[in-house]
Amino acid sequence: MKSLKAQNHPLANTEKEIELLESLDFTDTFESKLKESGLFPLKPTQIEILQINMGKMCNQVCQHCHVDAGPDRKEIMEREVMQHCLDVIKKNDIKAIDLTGGAPEMNPHFRWFVTEIRKINEDINIIVRCNLTIILANPKYHDLPDFFKSNNIEVVSSLPYFNAAKTDAQRGDGVFGKSIKALKMLNEVGYGVEGSPLKLNLVFNPSGAFLPASQADLELQFKRKLSAQYEVQFNSLFTITNIPISRFLEYLLRSGNYENYMEKLINSYNIAAAANVMCRTTISVGWDGYLYDCDFNQMLELKVDTPKTQHIKDWDTAALKERNIIVNQHCFGCTAGAGSSCGGATA
Amino acid sequence: MKTYYNPEDLKKFGKIGEFQKTMADKFFDYYGEVFKEGALTAREKSLIALAVAHAVQCPYCIDAYTVDTMEKGCDEEQMMEAVHVAAAIRGGASLVHSTQMMNKAKEISM
Repeated sequence: MKSLKAQNHPLANTEKEIELLESLDFTDTFESKLKESGLFPLKPTQIEILQINMGKMCNQVCQHCHVDAGPDRKEIMEREVMQHCLDVIKKNDIKAIDLTGGAPEMNPHFRWFVTEIRKINEDINIIVRCNLTIILANPKYHDLPDFFKSNNIEVVSSLPYFNAAKTDAQRGDGVFGKSIKALKMLNEVGYGVEGSPLKLNLVFNPSGAFLPASQADLELQFKRKLSAQYEVQFNSLFTITNIPISRFLEYLLRSGNYENYMEKLINSYNIAAAANVMCRTTISVGWDGYLYDCDFNQMLELKVDTPKTQHIKDWDTAALKERNIIVNQHCFGCTAGAGSSCGGATA
Repeated sequence: MKTYYNPEDLKKFGKIGEFQKTMADKFFDYYGEVFKEGALTAREKSLIALAVAHAVQCPYCIDAYTVDTMEKGCDEEQMMEAVHVAAAIRGGASLVHSTQMMNKAKEISM
């Protein structure tokens, strides 16, 4: 499967995506809902997390990917941009660095970057969003579990279900089997194992046009099944709602689910989740250094609303803390039901 | 083409109070109470609802509880097993009456 960009698909054009998101005639807009909740304009609380997208290249082509990542994507963060990120990390009280992609490990400067972050701050939480199969994709990645361990990295990995049928339908043929092997490799070095400080968290997102189940219930089911059938251990399960952009939006349109899914998201708006949306504590950095309120706004090319400090090289903490967060209809994905963020449910 | 069942009508269910508000309000309060987490989990109740939806052959309920069970973390295998429970009870309900047929047949036979 090719990325939407490689297919020259209309939805590879972000203006077209936004036009589609705004085209449905619902009474409620995300802005009107925030106004009702006393949350508009949406403001940051503090900047705690720097989420860095290290590039769109990936060894997988997942059906729901909001990045439209894949082997045919060549956008990769360069070392110069990483150096600007390091300067920001040095000068600011940031609690967590969340490395994502694509497969962040495919960036040739990935290991250098992680090591440099760790040199700056021994305690900062470094998270890697590892798709698991990358560990087995090439011998040069086989030692990633040891590398993660030696840099005390938290590993967060997607596993949409505890069986092959659902996982492979969403993430590609054979992904479930490889993911289980990679999870075992991580367990072997101490990740996710009871009593170990090395954190291995899994991410569940629905394989279709519906909302995720209760995070606590699913975590229990995953723990029971993965332990009994595969002897795999992990720490926590994060449930994430599929956001209606990019490839998931393409799926919704192709399957005739778009309108009903949007209606469900809007009808499931939860004020508690709205108050806790991750963009209030996060800045997302694109592969080219531009800044966004979240990874989804990044993929829609909606840069932060601070015209003079839209690039990591021009970082201005005060301006970013005062900014208005840009919202649109896709934001209903983060406020539906129990809420959704890169760290799971929010309400 | 006109049909007796229209999926869009499911969305109007909450508006049945337009013709009789008091009873509708009582029904929906009761309905909400029934499906709350209790001695049975919300997930177990949703699977029971899916099975009953098939037993009473209500297309609206089938749509609603297919989505609901999936959003409660059930997979297709579990959902189909629930439908088989409904089918077994429906089938059993017919077959168990065959004892009456057998009694009568024996009664009138030499």
